[in-house]
Amino acid sequence: MAIQRREFVAGIGAGAVALTAGCAQLGGDGEADDDRPDVVGETLTLTTTTSTYDTGLLDAIHPDFEELYGVEVDPVAQGTGAALESARNGDSDVVMVHARGLEDEFMRNGYGVNRRDLMFNDFVIVGPEGDPAGIDGMGSATEALTAIAETGATFVSRGDNSGTHTKELNLWEAAGTEPGGDWYQETGSGMGEALNVANQQGAYTLSDRGTFLSRRADTDLVILVQGPIKDGPEILANPYGVMAVNPAIHDNANYDLAMAYIGWLTSPDAQDAIADHERNGEQLFYPEAISENPDFQQYVPEGWNSDSSGE
Amino acid sequence: MLLELLGYPLAAVFDLPFRDGYVWSIIYVSLYVSLTAVALSTLVSVPVAIVMGFSAFPGRQFVKSVINTGMGFPSVVVGLAVLFLVSNQGPLGSLELIFTKEAMIISQFVLATPPITAISLAAITGVNDRVRDAAHVLGGTRLDVALVVLKEARYGIATAILAGFGRAISEVGSVLIVGGNITGADGISKTRTLTTAIQLEARQGKYETAMVLGAILLALVLVINAVVVRLGDQGVR
Repeated sequence: MAIQRREFVAGIGAGAVALTAGCAQLGGDGEADDDRPDVVGETLTLTTTTSTYDTGLLDAIHPDFEELYGVEVDPVAQGTGAALESARNGDSDVVMVHARGLEDEFMRNGYGVNRRDLMFNDFVIVGPEGDPAGIDGMGSATEALTAIAETGATFVSRGDNSGTHTKELNLWEAAGTEPGGDWYQETGSGMGEALNVANQQGAYTLSDRGTFLSRRADTDLVILVQGPIKDGPEILANPYGVMAVNPAIHDNANYDLAMAYIGWLTSPDAQDAIADHERNGEQLFYPEAISENPDFQQYVPEGWNSDSSGE
Repeated sequence: MLLELLGYPLAAVFDLPFRDGYVWSIIYVSLYVSLTAVALSTLVSVPVAIVMGFSAFPGRQFVKSVINTGMGFPSVVVGLAVLFLVSNQGPLGSLELIFTKEAMIISQFVLATPPITAISLAAITGVNDRVRDAAHVLGGTRLDVALVVLKEARYGIATAILAGFGRAISEVGSVLIVGGNITGADGISKTRTLTTAIQLEARQGKYETAMVLGAILLALVLVINAVVVRLGDQGVR
């Protein structure tokens, strides 16, 4: 996989390294020198979802960050539930996941700090071209799922407490249908594997658009219900967030580097790099950390009202 | 050079993403972790097998049943136990071993020790009693007898070590849990082994790469087995 480095980033990188590593050269008062966080040579452990890794996004953007700060990022692709659990146990420094409800809970319990919206794509319902449940063009995710359940057409569920799985359960709930029976199969695996299984069985599944696009070349499945990126229902939106592990709870967490990483991810350069990442000629992720019209809702927990202050 | 012969023509044919050093680093991590784990296992297992083979002590039967149970440990369960051990919340949390090669070595050590011990013990107890008697008759001390028996059992012990290595290098469950399957952005593996790489490539639908990695792993295991068989033949003589 060719990694395109940008020369101007390298230029900035050289400057930044000189700044962070060469504090002493500034000749300020000695006290300040010692207080500056020096992250050069350190390692950042990132736990994340399978979708950010399997789409090649992280491999595409991390070299710039590593070069800029003179550090190393260790990405562990686990799925949202497991990624948050690792962070809860203090086994990672920063998390990048996509299940707002789980993220809010993580923040509310004090394990995470400084959450930022990072980027979004959307979910799509994919299935065999034959479309036995006749959901093509329905334009409603919940109606489509209801139709699948009523037809008894095979549906593959991730079943792994990931962001996609969480979204799928929310959709069943919204549809008022309890999934179960022979037609509902939980693979307990990553998105790629779930797509493999669905492809083999000619089944329906819910996928994030990014992973599906990066796998489209070797699958017979087609998108039957679009998400909001292609004017589908808003319920299929798939926002990604990034959070630092709270150093007050886990003093081993590399907080300075985690914040440097979040700062960099939400910088114009990294946001551009995210937008530029393509698979099979299609953009997979849409950056949303920087906007002229700031989305204040990103700072507000999902479904928050002033009465539910969590006390 | 096996890889050059195998990897590059295949890379040319299948247009595989054999990034510079990617495959080499995976092989290196696999071998480093498994060889280290098996070396440590051997240091523990063989002395234990010798003690159990040459002396009767209270609880010997219990130790034997523990070892036999250990032979059947599922690797994911071992991975889970090691995760609890080395996680930041666990007793060894302060060492920060989670998602490192060291954690993987601990897992594979636990997995490889029972078979090495059991097979070594079988080799030692399997040495013909007439050999022991002859050594005694010739006026050997207990130590002499033990040395003679060990010399006779050496092929069996070698077989045991290689069997432990086979178990270590081909397991996927525990190293995935405690190692995290990490490769840096430069494409150099940190905790990605051949088995976890195959799992990842298959997940991403890159079946050709997965198959090539599988072939490399198979080749390594076949070489090991060939060595085992040869040693076994010599042992029988």
